[in-house]
Amino acid sequence: MVKEIERAGIPVVHMCTVVPISKTIGANRIIPAIGIPYPLGDPHLGEEGSYKLRMKLVKRALKALQTPVDGQTVFE
Amino acid sequence: MDKIRVVHYINQFFAQIGGEEKADIPPEIRPGIVGPGAALQQGLGDEFEVVATAICGDSHFGANLEEDTAKLLDMIAEYKPQLFVAGPAFNAGRYGVACGTIAKAVEEKLGIPVVTGMYVENPGVDMFRKDLFIIATGNSAADMRKSMPVMAALAKKLAKGEEVLGPSIEGYHERGIRVNYFADIRGSERGIQMLLKKMAKQPFETEYPMPAFDRVDPAAPVTDMKHAKIAVVTSGGIVPQGNPDHIESSSATKWGLYSIEGMDHMDKKDFMTIHGGYDRAFVTEDPDLVVPLDVLRELEKEGEFGELANYFITTTGTGTSTGNAKRFGEEFVPKLLEDNITAVILTST
Repeated sequence: MVKEIERAGIPVVHMCTVVPISKTIGANRIIPAIGIPYPLGDPHLGEEGSYKLRMKLVKRALKALQTPVDGQTVFE
Repeated sequence: MDKIRVVHYINQFFAQIGGEEKADIPPEIRPGIVGPGAALQQGLGDEFEVVATAICGDSHFGANLEEDTAKLLDMIAEYKPQLFVAGPAFNAGRYGVACGTIAKAVEEKLGIPVVTGMYVENPGVDMFRKDLFIIATGNSAADMRKSMPVMAALAKKLAKGEEVLGPSIEGYHERGIRVNYFADIRGSERGIQMLLKKMAKQPFETEYPMPAFDRVDPAAPVTDMKHAKIAVVTSGGIVPQGNPDHIESSSATKWGLYSIEGMDHMDKKDFMTIHGGYDRAFVTEDPDLVVPLDVLRELEKEGEFGELANYFITTTGTGTSTGNAKRFGEEFVPKLLEDNITAVILTST
């Protein structure tokens, strides 16, 4: 799906837990997520903590979308 | 017992009519064996008879695909074949496409087994590997002596309805078909045997070859985020409560597009996860963990980006074939383009 979106010229950021899979399938902008059952947040941090973590990741995703890349890039 | 009737297809070159200068000859059929048909007959043995040879120039076929296929089908049908063999085409591209096209048409229209043969880089292989048994040959006619017996052996099996084994055993190009069987040695032992071979730097054969993935160049970055329209796509299996479109919990064959208009977060009363590949407890409580609508709404309000599309697109990623995932993308991308989506956030669990 990532590649078909990008093939159409729409930049896409892949927020995923298993970065090697993302690399294998060919995503170019990758944000490592937190955990498989909770990629964007962490329920153990409580509602507020989880929200803050999610905010940080999504802001990073927006930044990645504005960053020129030559090839597959992981935004840590 | 009557012999099993076989029709063979070859191009102008193998029919010894001529080379490139004769590549525009129209379809014809001759009774009996022509050229490499002799090797085919020898490989098939006494129970089979090559009753006719269909011939067409490669360029003529390429330029008149549909007409020539129809004409050849009629000619071939007259001989009432029970088996059809095309080529082998080795690395000849147009010949490979011709062999694949006519073999597929014969299989579909006449309902008889077909076999062809090509070199791995022949474009006909990727075009027809899912439809046909294509024996892997060398890249030139010098390989005829080796490849024709392999083609004949598989053709015999198909004609007699015998079990066809895997591609590496029968010598055909992988078709992307998985067949279940009972192994003598259990998985853990096979895995350790493979690991030991790998550690000893010996060759070993994986039981789960990864598909070859193509690559797409990165799209240009967003230059004006303040006016960008962003859409969320996910493989995390988030759907409206009740899963109205019955998206599968694994090995998905479909995707869905659902409204988030007027919502400031993903409420568990409205959304659920059907993903069969992770512990759903956390996401069931808070679907924002997969579709981060709450923070996106806040960032939208703050003007960090222009606007959020009023829907998200979703499917289940676990066990889903790359072929289906690619198709999903092909199906929903026109919608993204139509809605002038500037960028996409795709989340995966």
